[in-house]
Amino acid sequence: MAQQPTTTILRSPLGRVRGLGSARGGTHHWFMQRVTAMALLPLTIWFAISAVTVLAHASYEQAALWVGLPWNAVLLLALIFATFHHTAAGLQVVIEDYAKSETSKLVGILLVKAICWLVGLLATLCVLGLAID
Amino acid sequence: MAEFKLPANSTVGRGKTFKAEKGAKKVKSFKIYRWDPDTGANPTQDTYEVDLDKCGPMVLDALIKIKNEVDTTLTFRRSCREGICGSCAMNIDGLNTLACLKPIEDVKGDCKISPLPHLPVVKDLVPDLSQLYAQYRSIEPWLQTDTAAPPDEERKQSKEERAQLDGMWECILCFCCSTSCPSYWWNGDRYLGPAILLQAYRWIADSRDEATGQRLDNLEDPFRLYRCHTIMNCTRTCPKGLNPAEAIGKIKQMMVERQG
Repeated sequence: MAQQPTTTILRSPLGRVRGLGSARGGTHHWFMQRVTAMALLPLTIWFAISAVTVLAHASYEQAALWVGLPWNAVLLLALIFATFHHTAAGLQVVIEDYAKSETSKLVGILLVKAICWLVGLLATLCVLGLAID
Repeated sequence: MAEFKLPANSTVGRGKTFKAEKGAKKVKSFKIYRWDPDTGANPTQDTYEVDLDKCGPMVLDALIKIKNEVDTTLTFRRSCREGICGSCAMNIDGLNTLACLKPIEDVKGDCKISPLPHLPVVKDLVPDLSQLYAQYRSIEPWLQTDTAAPPDEERKQSKEERAQLDGMWECILCFCCSTSCPSYWWNGDRYLGPAILLQAYRWIADSRDEATGQRLDNLEDPFRLYRCHTIMNCTRTCPKGLNPAEAIGKIKQMMVERQG
């Protein structure tokens, strides 16, 4: 005979559903994910077109010069911010969806944020270096 | 991390077959999920052959015919047989719907029937709805006001204000939508799911209610509300043709609106 399911939680369903209460948050996270998605649409198209028309045929010096132009540098910084903000926010949602234990959830989210911050800062530094130089 | 292994007792075995009477011309096979808590054995899928010439047009008619004439142990909920009580919600041919509103002829080939997905099963097609009822209770689905009601008449609502409730008051709480939502499957202990959020919005949108802010406070949570990723399974499956995804979208809009 197979094992019968056992109940170890005797707390009432309402008590369990109310749980720790509402976090009174999440709206900013949700809103920023949408805003960065919308910003990424024109920014990514601009970058893709620039990559094909300008950067693909440019020497290192020409490319560095292009990146250093004020508007190009500003748009690249915006692209970098939106990309990594959106990546971190989106991956956080995926981890919250699927991670079962609180530990794996916390470790996963911190890891994603650390990587996005570091790579984002590195990319920012590269653009600023070429722009301010 | 996520669970990739099925829990014990979830592998469905092959069950018994109940043949149609001899001479039956229009035979349809109903493959029905069976699980009996008393035996403790794994669930099975039993096959019932039904003569459609001697059966009503809806899937519920076939279930009742099977229970009356073939196998009295088949267990399911039903009451009004006209899509207003929500009792006979189940998964038919891969889609959550009401057995009483689903015409047999809409199902091509064998008709597979199982309980609403990802809920504990009480027996056969009867799922345990305790968590969903508790979640419904948690959004306080009743009128909340500080202003006293007029002494000798009802609280008034204009036609336009009343129209705000259209598309929500029709919900019969059958929970086809919530149990079709993967987010509710994975995180149903914290995510309220489309049925409850539609009901929450029904009270948020009610012009007579004075607790809108507290209602939004209670929903503003990464899990309670924001597990909805707008995949629209809820709207696709709703047997009453309602749009829970739209209601959830309106709640999110209000959350943004009250911030700035």
